[in-house]
Amino acid sequence: MKQSRSSNFVAYAVMTAMAIITLLPFISILLAALQPPGTLVSGISIPQHPSLESFNEAWTTASFGNLLWSSIKIAAAVVPISMICATLAAYALGTLKVPGGSAIFMVFLLGLTLPVELIVIPLYFDLRGIGLTNTPWAVILAECGLFMPFGIFWMRTHFMSTPREVIEAAELDGASSFTTLRRVLLPLSGPALSTMAVLFFMWSWNQFLLVLVLIQDPNQRTAPAGLGFFVGQHSSDVPVLAAGTLIVILPILLTYLVFQRKFISGMLEGAVKG
Amino acid sequence: MAANSTNVVRERSGDTSVRGSSDRPGASRRVRRARWIGYAYLAPAGTLYLLFVLVPGIHTVWLSLFRWDGVTVGKWVGLTNYREVAENPLLRGAMVHALVLITFFAGFSIIVGLLMAAILGRHRRSGMTFYRVVFFLPQIVPMVAVGITWRWMYTENGAVNQILRAIGLDSITQAWLGSFTLALPAVGLIGTWALSGLCFVLFLSGAQKIDNSLYEAARMDGAGAVREFFAVTLPALRGEIAVALTITVVAALASFDIVYVTTNGSPGNTTTVPGLLVYRLAFTGGQVGVASALAVTLTVLIIGIVVLIQRLTRETT
Repeated sequence: MKQSRSSNFVAYAVMTAMAIITLLPFISILLAALQPPGTLVSGISIPQHPSLESFNEAWTTASFGNLLWSSIKIAAAVVPISMICATLAAYALGTLKVPGGSAIFMVFLLGLTLPVELIVIPLYFDLRGIGLTNTPWAVILAECGLFMPFGIFWMRTHFMSTPREVIEAAELDGASSFTTLRRVLLPLSGPALSTMAVLFFMWSWNQFLLVLVLIQDPNQRTAPAGLGFFVGQHSSDVPVLAAGTLIVILPILLTYLVFQRKFISGMLEGAVKG
Repeated sequence: MAANSTNVVRERSGDTSVRGSSDRPGASRRVRRARWIGYAYLAPAGTLYLLFVLVPGIHTVWLSLFRWDGVTVGKWVGLTNYREVAENPLLRGAMVHALVLITFFAGFSIIVGLLMAAILGRHRRSGMTFYRVVFFLPQIVPMVAVGITWRWMYTENGAVNQILRAIGLDSITQAWLGSFTLALPAVGLIGTWALSGLCFVLFLSGAQKIDNSLYEAARMDGAGAVREFFAVTLPALRGEIAVALTITVVAALASFDIVYVTTNGSPGNTTTVPGLLVYRLAFTGGQVGVASALAVTLTVLIIGIVVLIQRLTRETT
């Protein structure tokens, strides 16, 4: 196809304009956060005396160190647990084809559309009953349950795309079902598994409502939930609030920049196949 | 490995010839056992999903039939709470606001995405990786952070008014989230901002898969760029549009984070959404039953719309 220079120029101009609109809010909080605490910031303005003092202030007053640590603890449990459980279940549904598997799969698929709002009320009362609220475990277990539908769907699609002959060859070699999974299927699943890992990490990191409800103690909350609480107390100090926001964004942003290909392909493919 | 497996095959076939038909039940028993083992693999995921998603979901339906303050003993009230959801102006208002948000989250984002995909055409361009990374950025940062950022951008001294002043629109500058009429659209535009890039990248990758011959045929019929878009690109993107609709509509209906940090329902309950009221009624308002009924209604609405979108796009395929 021929491609005129002017249409190419228009295309880049439009995309650049959209990129600027997308980045503008991030630029505006970055500039605000570089102002000293208590500065009256107006709009997007280059700080005259850029300093990291607001970061320091946000870090100490809101104890973001603790909040980030709880976020990391929760994600560090949720990601491996849900990956292992989802992979095993997807193997049963996609490769072993258990009796009634398609009905079971439908029940899991239903979970793709259920909003957190539906489950959060009984989760709070039931988990409080067994003393799990205000502990990371409440959030970990609930997130694992919530991630099962996507994880199973994702790995099942992957296992079903693995050539049947590879699995049959292993079975003929007398490999048990677990050996087939571990020695034959998993070595071929690297990309699918790592994509699932980054998506689970992101969803766990960004979860808000669940944490807000299940962990009432502000000091034990995750970074985004802590930020939601922080905003109520420091709404007038824009630089400190902006710095706190950036502290919460930074870990997920760095992960994204390193694994951007996985994030984007995972979200696009996950969406299209779902 | 290859030699080994042929060996096994030979042994097997040897087996069959000796034992004849008696081998068949044995083999199928082995297969059946292997299939039953599958349930052991399902157990951990099934338990997590059952205990932390399905049971709570059903429990919410059960709670929605009671009047309960979360402390004392609940009282069975049947479907009264659902009538409350339909008739109480506060609750019905939240539903209406969620539907308004669909216009912004789904409608505008998809239109922006389609427009950009149309302008860009199907050429593969260099530098796309950079743009894709930028356009996906709103998808990966916590919505709470997005909400806080926009809350400040919308203030009197925020970036929105600064830009409006710069282009000579001083007269309309205001504290956007404080306005009874404009706060909800302002919140909705945050959704448009967050989701347009996703829609665009989705449509662009779909457009690049379209068969070139369709465009050649259209051009032979003398179609211009606009007609080409409506006759070829748009119908071919039906699948991607369905995906974008599903994602954005669910995001609008189940929105909580953004509203919670930007307006928390204010001013005067003009920006409440179902998620916000579920949280408020159940955990600070002592109306667990009504909150549950609202959560169930929201879920039914979401499932209904998702099914409807899939039906509509599948029928026309």
